[in-house]
Amino acid sequence: MSEVQAVSRRWRRPPILIRNDFWRRAIYSGALLYLLLAIGTLEVDWQRAYEGLERGARFLQGFLTPDFTSRFDQIQQGMVESVTMTVCSTMVGVLISVPIGLGAARNISPLPVYLVCRAIIAVSRAFQEIIIAILFVAMFGFGAFAGFVTLSFATIGFLAKLLADDIEEIDPRQAEAVRGTGGGWWQVVNYGVQPQVMPRLIGLSLYRFDINFRESAVIGIVGAGGIGATLNTAMDRYDYSTASAILILIIIFVMLAEYSSGYIRKWIQ
Amino acid sequence: MPVWQTEQGPAWRHRTTTAQWLHWLGWLLAAMAFVVCWQIMTVDTKWFFVKDAPSQAADLFSRAWPPKWSYVNTLWGALWDTINIATLGTLIGVMLAVPVAFLAARNTTPSHLVLRPFALFVIVASRSINSLIWALLLVAILGPGILAGIIAIALRSIGFVGKLLYEAIEEIDESQVEAVQATGASRAQVIDYGIVPQVLPAFAGICVFRWDINIRESTILGLVGAGGIGLQLQSSLNTLAWSQVTVIFALILATVIFSEWVSSRVRKNII
Repeated sequence: MSEVQAVSRRWRRPPILIRNDFWRRAIYSGALLYLLLAIGTLEVDWQRAYEGLERGARFLQGFLTPDFTSRFDQIQQGMVESVTMTVCSTMVGVLISVPIGLGAARNISPLPVYLVCRAIIAVSRAFQEIIIAILFVAMFGFGAFAGFVTLSFATIGFLAKLLADDIEEIDPRQAEAVRGTGGGWWQVVNYGVQPQVMPRLIGLSLYRFDINFRESAVIGIVGAGGIGATLNTAMDRYDYSTASAILILIIIFVMLAEYSSGYIRKWIQ
Repeated sequence: MPVWQTEQGPAWRHRTTTAQWLHWLGWLLAAMAFVVCWQIMTVDTKWFFVKDAPSQAADLFSRAWPPKWSYVNTLWGALWDTINIATLGTLIGVMLAVPVAFLAARNTTPSHLVLRPFALFVIVASRSINSLIWALLLVAILGPGILAGIIAIALRSIGFVGKLLYEAIEEIDESQVEAVQATGASRAQVIDYGIVPQVLPAFAGICVFRWDINIRESTILGLVGAGGIGLQLQSSLNTLAWSQVTVIFALILATVIFSEWVSSRVRKNII
């Protein structure tokens, strides 16, 4: 039989990602060239890094002996600011993003409203929280209020977009059925759309709560209050045991927020 | 859906009475939490500044406009640094994340008792600290510069890439793995021929997605001294040169949009 010959031939594995020979070689060599160039621009001051090792060791030491007590007042104040900021901004952000999300869903809103709402979402999503915080600190002055406004603003882009995408993907028959009974726009939204997206909306709000806490821990670096400000001061003072105490607290809080929000989300959905 | 018998016949209601009460209770608790948090948060707020905000904003925009476009020529070097921070950081992060993901996935981990919890801890720890905080630490240790930025991005990326990759590994088609095992392949060969081809498209998608996020994050790392365009932003902010800040924002926006475009193109072609 002639098939026997075919078996004895060696099998070669086909390239997995890019089939075309030319493009594979071009992309790989381009990537290599870029890597060489990029690594070439790295100016590492080994002397400085060597001196830094000692600081790194001190930092690690600080991690083993975190100091919660000597700057307890500042840590407590920063933490309280972060938590309250997170709660208020998530709530306000959610309340504002629900109407914007409704407006940005093409299947339930007219084109002009849709365009305006999508524009608001795009503006809010374009920049990092830190950059928004810089602007709001310049407007509202230093402190937690600027952070609150920043996080609320950032929440709008995140939540309104996901909510709008969700509404666009609903089962249209249910909304159609409500419309078929003679329900107006409000009734369609209330009885046809809302029951379908509500579990997702609650889940997303909890997820955003979690994100807002993480962000509240860094926007303090540009002056928007919260635990980030305390951390920044501790680092500036080379007070590593306080800094590591703050970091440990942040990790614990983030994990708590993540697990509890994940638990509630599972329970709701 | 609850239906009530009334004198006029059956009536439909949206919720049961208990559900209704729970609903109101939930809203009441949320409102109370808001009021309490608001009180605590605004203790130190200077309302004078808040009232003044619209005029401050107007003042800010009048100083930020028109943008000083000539300044853009001094930014190209910083932009190149920013892109390098994001790319090299993603690369290092991915290299560290791959073994972590294989240790964390239920079907590939060599030990469920020790290594899997350890890998999961690495993933959670990396995700819970923002890259800006990583950068703050690394600048203190390594000194200012783009190396600190690269490592910060790398450490931050491990959790993200590791988590998504290990979920992809857990979702593979086991029959292909069994087929490779049936040929008598070793453990490494099973991974190489049975698992890697299945997760590779997802892996490439995750990497490009993370690269896109890292471009955004690396634009601000300079605020704490970790190199890139954030350094220029910091110095412009310190000298209150708002017309330069506008230029930097525009450049950051353009870069972010570009990276988003690249990443969505690549992901569309792969998956």
